Amino acid sequence: MGKLFAVIVALITVISSAIFLSRAWWMPADISVLGVGIDRQMSETMIAAGVLFVVSQLVLALFVWRYGDRGDGRPIKLFPGGAAPMVVIATLLVGAEIVVLSLVGTKVWAGIFLSPPDPKALRVDVQAEQFAFYFRYPGRDGKFGTLHPELIDDGNNNFFGLDPANDTTARDDIVSASLVLPVNQPILLTLHAKDVGHAFYVPELRIQQDFVPGLVIPIHFTATKVVKKEIVCTQLCGLGHYNMRAYMEVMPENQFERWMEDQAAQQ
Amino acid sequence: MRTNLVSCLALSAAATAAIGAVSRPATNPGTITGHVTFTGTPPKMRPIDMAKEPSCAKQHSTPIMTESVVTGPGNALGNVVVYISAGDQSAGAPTQAVRYDQKGCEYIPHVAVLQVGQPLEIYNDDQTSHNIHPLAKVNSEWNKSQPPGAPPIKATYDKPEFIAVKCNVHPWMHGNFAVLTTPHHALTGQDGTFALEGLSPGKYTVTAWHERFGTQTQEVTVEGGKPATADFVMKATPY
Repeated sequence: MGKLFAVIVALITVISSAIFLSRAWWMPADISVLGVGIDRQMSETMIAAGVLFVVSQLVLALFVWRYGDRGDGRPIKLFPGGAAPMVVIATLLVGAEIVVLSLVGTKVWAGIFLSPPDPKALRVDVQAEQFAFYFRYPGRDGKFGTLHPELIDDGNNNFFGLDPANDTTARDDIVSASLVLPVNQPILLTLHAKDVGHAFYVPELRIQQDFVPGLVIPIHFTATKVVKKEIVCTQLCGLGHYNMRAYMEVMPENQFERWMEDQAAQQ
Repeated sequence: MRTNLVSCLALSAAATAAIGAVSRPATNPGTITGHVTFTGTPPKMRPIDMAKEPSCAKQHSTPIMTESVVTGPGNALGNVVVYISAGDQSAGAPTQAVRYDQKGCEYIPHVAVLQVGQPLEIYNDDQTSHNIHPLAKVNSEWNKSQPPGAPPIKATYDKPEFIAVKCNVHPWMHGNFAVLTTPHHALTGQDGTFALEGLSPGKYTVTAWHERFGTQTQEVTVEGGKPATADFVMKATPY
């Protein structure tokens, strides 16, 4: 029985490692400038954790095979010095690895999320609400209208709470249900939540950021490929959470400008 | 006597067929007709982007527009509820249900007019879940989920009220329930016209309600068998 367990442990280790190494279920291809750093960090983490996983599982299988109780009355061999030193050594080893990965990973994360956006970045305001995303562009005047949450009126397409009656800068603001962006241009998104916590997640951009009601959270990135990808909410936000999504369309510069003009004409 | 009774019943039946149910047989009933128009600049209606709900988006060859202000030629104003707000002695609610559809992620009709106590049946004709949420303030407020294929939601309202309706899943969905005490009501189409039929001779207050442009009232006297008119001009603002 002990030997069967050892074989099962070894098989699980080999099969799960093979799935990882063949990249059967891997992340979608990166389409952002900053994604390279995330992917590198991810690979390093996978290698470090993977090596430790494989070694520890195979050692476990070996020990179970070699030293397991065979039920023949022979005394069970103990680890020299008992279990305590082994637990301490294992904890220190794993702990050291986690600390190192965290420090290195934090550096990569901070370099992306805490670095200032490009001053020429195109700013798009994002409103998350149950259960949709809306995106606002400043329009022809280049200025965003002031937000008045008490004026939010979804039924009349006022998803952001604009006051066009009194605020002239709000009149030409473009509000879209899709995030349309020019390729290879730095983008700054400012995230607002109308009601509860939501998340902005585009796996291809390697960006996942929560929305927090009451906070305006900036994220920035540059998309490097002309694509149409899904933006999904990854914070459970209510009964329609499963259906909370929007599309991100990255298009060539001239096409983007045409889209902007079309939208501006509708205001 | 017999002839009178027969004609009275016939009139009653005609009025019932025309406007729902009238509890008091009208004697020589009159009709108030009119036209609702606007002055000023109405807000632009915008296309609704429902890309996130492909099963709804594919039902519309071109994007549907928001419907809070529907206008027609000659500054006609649609989706105005015109009803008798005073002077109507009718009582009792019809038992026939008012149907309200969620189809293509849109409320059809945009304004459902019903009476206090009249059954309302809400259908989900879509391949996606809806969660209808009438924002009642005078009546009790509720919201109910309705997956595809679910039976209709049945509801009634106890008090007269204009209730904005939204969907808790699809933020762009927007409609209204106009809960009235009178069976004499009409909803203007894109031509802005209306007719309130089966009214006994007498003095009435006619009210016109629009979700963006508010309410207006007029005193109208109906004389036996003669048509009366009441035109309304609403003040439109672009924002």
